[in-house]
Amino acid sequence: MKTQIIDLHVNGNLRTVTVRSADTLLYAIRGKLGLTGAKPGCLNGDCGACTVNVDGWPMKSCLMLAIEAVGKNVTTIEGLKNTPIQQAFIENFAFQCGYCTPGFIMNCHSLILKHPDADDATIKEWLESNICRCTGYTEIEKAVKSVLEKN
Amino acid sequence: MLPFDFDYYKPASLKEAIDLYQSKARNREKSMFISGGTELITLGRINLVHTEAVIDLKDIAECKVMQFEGDYLVFGSTLTLTKIEETNLFPLLTKTASEVADHTSRGKITLGGNICAQIFYRETVLPFLLADSQVMIVGPDGVKVAPINDIFKEQLQLKNGEFLVQLATDKRFIEAPYISIKRRQQWDTGYPLITVAALKMGEEVRVALSGLCPFPFRSKKVEDSLNNREWPINDRVDAALAELPRPILNDVEGSSDYRLFVLRNLLHDVLEGLGASF
Repeated sequence: MKTQIIDLHVNGNLRTVTVRSADTLLYAIRGKLGLTGAKPGCLNGDCGACTVNVDGWPMKSCLMLAIEAVGKNVTTIEGLKNTPIQQAFIENFAFQCGYCTPGFIMNCHSLILKHPDADDATIKEWLESNICRCTGYTEIEKAVKSVLEKN
Repeated sequence: MLPFDFDYYKPASLKEAIDLYQSKARNREKSMFISGGTELITLGRINLVHTEAVIDLKDIAECKVMQFEGDYLVFGSTLTLTKIEETNLFPLLTKTASEVADHTSRGKITLGGNICAQIFYRETVLPFLLADSQVMIVGPDGVKVAPINDIFKEQLQLKNGEFLVQLATDKRFIEAPYISIKRRQQWDTGYPLITVAALKMGEEVRVALSGLCPFPFRSKKVEDSLNNREWPINDRVDAALAELPRPILNDVEGSSDYRLFVLRNLLHDVLEGLGASF
């Protein structure tokens, strides 16, 4: 097995992990760092349940090798504390089973930071990256819009 | 997580990348160039891709450029589709790229990775085929610049050890009227059925397609039929359909007949949208 030791900046901390070159970022943050907020879903880049934030942009952590994240700032759902979008999800009941929630929140969080004046088309374009099998889309839309309106 | 191991390299220069590939080849090791690497992960996961070494091109300066150089707009091959969209220097490319996968994935998928992909859609090549762009390729024999319409035959014709560095497009094409339409089986998400991109240069309409055949293409014969103004529009579209390359895809996204039905309507939409339907 070909392994190497790499440093990852995760949630503001420098973490040293041993990974295979073939390990995805999702596998490393869950299996090596114990950060299980990012959820494994399709493992194929389709569902968005594993979305984290890399250098300010949403990233499906199943589509990124851990080794590609060296030198980048990775934020997982565990790295968000009392953000407006987290509060808005609670206030708008924007989840049912909750499995997709961390991925949606990470995507919404990035959207709010990158496009604080996002229009409907931009919101739709960004949030099409995530799937909610409970179909809580209306409430998720309300949550993200409530934060954008406060901006 | 992939079911096989590989060595990972991130060269800082074109020469370093080429030398690495050749060094691995001398040791009879199989190498793969990546930039976004999404296909390595998605196809490798199900054993449709295998490699012993991965050479990641995303740190190479020449592959990251996005700028005007004289009359040409140059795109590096490792630019992500999101970066191209956000900058929006080539509106037809922006529109076509914005329909690939989804927004988050497009933050990882790159221009070169999409054009050189195994998955047959490769939609981002369409604007460059329409714009007679030039491609810059490097490999063991050095730098090669060629018209994309000479070197893209169903897929980019790369020899062992070569990779795509840049695409250069004349401003005249960037400013031309365009249309890009993607039709899916259902709604706005899901895998593509057909993507059509079109440019209007003077009175001439240019059309390139993805998702119809197991490769993207631009066909001179199809365009000649569509531009034959001596015929009524229905005859022009019929003649264009008769000139299509084969095979027409017949899969779970749509039967061959359904694809042709959709395409017939798309071609009408293109001609009308570009004011070429009279």
